[in-house]
Amino acid sequence: MSSQPHVLVIGGGSTGCGIARDLAMRGLDVTLVEQGNLTHGTTGRMHGLLHSGGRYAVADQASAKECMIENRILRDIASHCVEETGGLFVKRPEDSEEYFQKKLEGCKECDIPVEVLSGEEARKEEPYLAKDVEKAIRVPDGAVDPFRLCVANAASAEEHGARIETHAPVVDVLKEGDEVVGVEVEHESGPGKRVHREPGTREEIRADYVVNATGAWAGQIGEMAGLEKEIEVRPGKGVMTIMNTRQVDTVINRCKPKGDADIVVPHETTAILGTTDVEVDDPEDYPEEQWEVDLMIDTLKELVPIIEEARTIRSFWGVRPLYEPPGTGTSDSTDITRDFFLLDHADRDGVENFTSIVGGKFTTYRMMGEDISDHVCDKLGVDAECRTDEVPLPGSDDFSVLRDYMDEFGIRSPIGRRSAQRLGSRTDEVLDVDGPNPTVCECEAVTRAEVQDGIEGSGSDLNAVRLRTRASMGNCQGAFCCHRMASELYDEYDEETAYDAWDELYQERWKGERHAMWGRQLSQAALKYSLHGTTMNRDKDAATTDTVISDFTAFDTGAGASPSDGTAGTAATDGGRRGGD
Amino acid sequence: MAIREDVIVIGGGLAGSMAALEAADGDASVRLITHKKSTLRHASGLIDVLGYLDEEEPVADPFAAISELPDDHPYSIAGEAAIRDGLARFDEAVGDTYLGSHTDSNALLPTFGGAVKPTARYPAAAAAGLASDSRDMLIVGFEELTEYNAGMLADHLDAADVPFDVEGVELNFPGEYAHDSRVTRFAKRLDINEDVDHDGQTMGARQALADAVAPHVGDAERVGFPAFLGDDHTADVRADLERELGVDVFEIPMGPPSFPGMRLADQLKDALDDAGVHISAGNPVINYEADGDEIEAVIVDSKGREVPYHAEEFILATGGLVGKGIDSDRDGTVEEPIFDCHIPHSDDRYDWFDEEAFGNQPFAHFGVRIDEGMRPLDADGEPEFANLRAAGGVVGGTDPVTEKSQSGISLTTAAVAGQRARERAAKREVSQ
Ligand SMILES: Cc1cc2nc3c(=O)[nH]c(=O)nc-3n(C[C@H](O)[C@H](O)[C@H](O)COP(=O)(O)OP(=O)(O)OC[C@H]3O[C@@H](n4cnc5c(N)ncnc54)[C@H](O)[C@@H]3O)c2cc1C
Ligand SMILES: Cc1cc2nc3c(=O)[nH]c(=O)nc-3n(C[C@H](O)[C@H](O)[C@H](O)COP(=O)(O)OP(=O)(O)OC[C@H]3O[C@@H](n4cnc5c(N)ncnc54)[C@H](O)[C@@H]3O)c2cc1C
Repeated sequence: MSSQPHVLVIGGGSTGCGIARDLAMRGLDVTLVEQGNLTHGTTGRMHGLLHSGGRYAVADQASAKECMIENRILRDIASHCVEETGGLFVKRPEDSEEYFQKKLEGCKECDIPVEVLSGEEARKEEPYLAKDVEKAIRVPDGAVDPFRLCVANAASAEEHGARIETHAPVVDVLKEGDEVVGVEVEHESGPGKRVHREPGTREEIRADYVVNATGAWAGQIGEMAGLEKEIEVRPGKGVMTIMNTRQVDTVINRCKPKGDADIVVPHETTAILGTTDVEVDDPEDYPEEQWEVDLMIDTLKELVPIIEEARTIRSFWGVRPLYEPPGTGTSDSTDITRDFFLLDHADRDGVENFTSIVGGKFTTYRMMGEDISDHVCDKLGVDAECRTDEVPLPGSDDFSVLRDYMDEFGIRSPIGRRSAQRLGSRTDEVLDVDGPNPTVCECEAVTRAEVQDGIEGSGSDLNAVRLRTRASMGNCQGAFCCHRMASELYDEYDEETAYDAWDELYQERWKGERHAMWGRQLSQAALKYSLHGTTMNRDKDAATTDTVISDFTAFDTGAGASPSDGTAGTAATDGGRRGGD
Repeated sequence: MAIREDVIVIGGGLAGSMAALEAADGDASVRLITHKKSTLRHASGLIDVLGYLDEEEPVADPFAAISELPDDHPYSIAGEAAIRDGLARFDEAVGDTYLGSHTDSNALLPTFGGAVKPTARYPAAAAAGLASDSRDMLIVGFEELTEYNAGMLADHLDAADVPFDVEGVELNFPGEYAHDSRVTRFAKRLDINEDVDHDGQTMGARQALADAVAPHVGDAERVGFPAFLGDDHTADVRADLERELGVDVFEIPMGPPSFPGMRLADQLKDALDDAGVHISAGNPVINYEADGDEIEAVIVDSKGREVPYHAEEFILATGGLVGKGIDSDRDGTVEEPIFDCHIPHSDDRYDWFDEEAFGNQPFAHFGVRIDEGMRPLDADGEPEFANLRAAGGVVGGTDPVTEKSQSGISLTTAAVAGQRARERAAKREVSQ
C-alpha cells in the first residue's frame, strides 16, 4: 500500500469517474466503488449533449459560462468521445422574437460564439428542418458519448493506480465517532470484474476521506452516514426517444424558454429526441409513460416533420440529480439551477472526512471533479495541481486516428471508420489482432476485436460490453447479435455463464423496446421473436428453461436411409439451390 | 386488356406458394402476385407442425396432440385431415430434399442457438443431426463466423442431456479472406470448390476443409457444420465432405441469411413454374374492387400505375407482422392493409407487448380470424367477403412461436384455402 492518503469515491457516473481520475493523477491513492456498471446511473441515461451553454444563456448564466469553458476543454482532451456537430436554436413563427434576441445577447454575454442564420440558410444545412422555421442561432453544441467518456476516465484513473470496483454497492458508511473512516460494500458477484457464481461477499474498505458522488442517490448515502440533515436531491425524470436514423446532423434546439420536447441530438447512426422534466420520488422506481413518448414525436415534428413517419427504436428515461440549496423553495423542478454544489459534511453536519457533490451536468463533470479534488486535497493537506484540463484521456492522445485503418486491419471502410471513431487512439491496440476479425454487430459495425476488448474491460456482463462497444444498440436491438456476443465469451467463460449473459442481455434489449412497439419496430421485434423463439427454440431450451426432454427415443430416429458409408451419404438426393435468385 | 384468372394468390411466401400449388392442381388458372422476398430467407427452412402444448415436455406426435388445442385454433378449425393434406402437398413439391414424412412423430434437431427443437419436416442436409440418434457428434465452427461457437453449442447440448457425446471445435476456414468476409463468401467458395492454399499445397476448398476437420473427428460418427455447405451444389459439397471424412455430415439451420430457407424458396419457385402458376413479382397489391361481398379484382401498384387483376377467388397470404401482411401504428391501429379485414387487438399499444422476452406476447396472436373455409371474419364473426380466403402468417389466433407451429399453420391453411378456391372457381365456371 502506498503511503499516500486513500480517498474512496462512491459512484461510477461521470462525476465519480472524473473525481477518481483527478485525484489519482494528483498522486493520491483512490478507490471508486459503483453499485452497477460504470454509468449505471443518470450518466448512462442522458441525452449526450455537449452543451455550449446556449440552453442556459438566458436563465442560468453561471451554468452557461461553465458549459462553454468545459465544452472547449472536452473537445481537446476527449476528442474521441465528442462529435463536433454544432447546434442551432431555431425559431418558428409562433416563437417570440424578443426571446430570440435575449438568447443571442445571453450567448454573447457568456462568451458562447454565435451566428444568426436565415431560415433558408439553416435548411441548406439541415434539409429536414420545417419549412416555416424563420431563422436560427448557431452555437458550438456537440454530441458526446457518456459511456466512452466515463470508461476513459476510469481507465486513466487505473493507469494512475486507482482501483475501480463495479457491481459493489455501498451498504454502509463506516464511522468512528464523528469521523467517517470508510465504507462497507457488497460484492454482487465476487470482487473485481464480474465473476459469476461466487457467493456474494462483503468488504470493508477503509479510507482517509470519502466522497459521495452518487447523484440522485446522494441522500441514501447520507442516511447511511447518519447525517441528521437530509441531502435534498430532487430527482427530475426525463424521457429520450431514439430514432432509427439520423435525421439531422446538427443539434436542433427550439428557441423558446424552457419546455418539453425541444431538442434533437444526433448520435452515431441515430438521432435522440428529448425531453421532459417531471419530479419523481424515487430515482430507481418511477413511471415511464406513454404520453411522454407521444409528446416527443408530436412536438418535435414541428421542428423536423419527418420524425412523425420515422421509426423509433426505443425510449429511455433518466433522472436529473438536481439540488436545491435550502430555502430556495422552488416549486417547479425545471426552475432548479443546473449548477453543482459541494457539501462538506464537517461544516454542514459535524461529520468529518466526508463530502457530497450534488447537482451539475455531464458537460461540467471535469470541473466538478477539479473542485472537489481541490477541496479534498486541501482537507488532507496535499499540495498537488489539477492536470485533467490538459492531459488527454486514453484514446484521445494522438492522431493516429486519422490513419486509414481499412488497409491495416483488412476491414471494410465504414466498419473501420466507425471502430476508429469509437476507439480513437486506442484503435491500433484494439484492432491489431492475429485471427480473423468478423463483424459481430452489423447495425453498429462492431467487430470481434472490439467486443473482446469490451469483455476484457467488463468481464462477462454483456450489458456492460454493450455500453462500451454499442454492440446490440442499433436498429435490430440485438436480434442478430445477442447470441454472437455471448459466443465471444466462450472459452474464457463457461457455457453456463455465457448463456446466462446472453439471456440477460436479450431480456434487457427486449424490455427496453416496449415504448417503440408499433409499425416497423414491432415488425422487427416479431422477427426477433421468431428467430430466437422459433428458429433457435430458446424459449423452450431444455438446458435453461422448465422444459425437459425425458425420452429422446419417442421422436423420429431417422428415415433409415441416412447413415453414410463414406461414399455418397445422404447428400445425393439433395437438390440444392439454383442461382439467379 | 383485362387480366383475368380463376384464382389469385397475394403473397409469395411459404403459404402463398403452397396455396397456389394447391389451387393449380386441376384446371384452374392461378396467378401469384407478390411484392418482396418472403420471410423464408430469414427462416430456418424447418417445417414445424406442433412442438409444444402447455406442458414441460415437447410433443412427440403432433397429430395426437391436436385434439387438445382450443376450438378457435387454426388447426382445430381446419382439422387434422387438412394438416395432412398440407404436408402431403409440401412433400410432393420438395421431393426427397426433405425428410420426416416416414413417421407422424416429430424429429428433434439441434438449433444454432444450442437448444434442441421438435419439427415435422427437415432438409435432407440436416438429417444426420437428429438428436434422437445416439451416434456421437462433432460440431464444427469457424473463427471467421460469429453465429455460434462450436464448443459452447456442444456444451449446451450436453447440458440438455442429449443421448450422445458431443464435442465442438473452432477452426479457420481454409484460404485467405478479408477479416470480415460474410457467410455467403464461404458458401460460394465451397460451392464452386475454389482452389485454396492449405498446408502449403493448393487444393479444392472442400478437400481443404475436410483436411482441417479430419484430425478432430475422433469417435464422432457425424459432423455438423453451419448451414453454409454450398449454395447451388449443396448435395455435392456434402457428399464430398462425407467421402473425405468417412462420416455423415449435416448442416445446423441458421439465421439470416439462411441458405436452407433460400433453397426452399427456390424449390417452391420451380414447383410453381412446373404447375403453370403465373407469377407477378415486384409490385404490391394496394386495393381491391368489390361488388357487395364479392371481390372482383385486386389493384396492383405497378410503379405508380394502378392495374386491376380480376379473378373468381382470392387468397390472402401476405404474411404476419414480419411479412407486412399486418400493419400497426402508434395510435393503436392494427390492420390488414389491403382488404381491411378485422384483426382483434387492444387499442392501447402498450397491451401488445409483454416485457418478458418469452412471456405471453399478444402481438404474436395478431391476425385475421377464419371460418372453416379459411375466410377472414369480421367483428361479428361473419365472412368479410364470400370469395376471400387467408393462409399463413396473416392468420392469427395463436402464438405459433411458442407452439412451434409456424410453417405447419402455413401449410394447413394454404391447403384448405387452395382447395376451396379451386373447387369454388370450378363450380362457378360450370354455372356461368
Ligand atoms: C433526461 C436527462 C438528460 C440529460 N441530458 C444531459 C445532456 O444532454 N448534457 C449534459 O451535460 N447533462 C445532461 N444531463 C445531466 C447529466 O446526465 C447528469 O448531471 C450527470 O450524468 C450526473 O452524473 P453523476 O455522476 O453525478 O450521477 P450518476 O451518473 O447518477 O452517478 C451516480 C452513481 O452512483 C451510483 N450509486 C448510487 N448508490 C450507490 C451505492 N450505494 N453504492 C455504490 N454506488 C452507488 C449509481 O449507480 C450511479 O452510477 C441529463 C440528465 C437527464 C436526467
Ligand atoms: C426469423 C424467422 C424464422 C422462422 N423459423 C421457422 C422455423 O424454424 N420453423 C417454421 O416452421 N417456421 C419458421 N418461420 C416461419 C415461416 O418461415 C413463415 O414465416 C411462415 O410460415 C409464414 O409464411 P407466409 O408465407 O404466411 O408469410 P411471409 O413469408 O411473410 O410471406 C408473405 C409474402 O407476401 C408478400 N406481400 C406482403 N404484402 C403484400 C402485398 N400487399 N402485395 C403483394 N405481396 C405482398 C411479402 O412480400 C412476402 O413475400 C420463421 C419465420 C421467421 C420470420
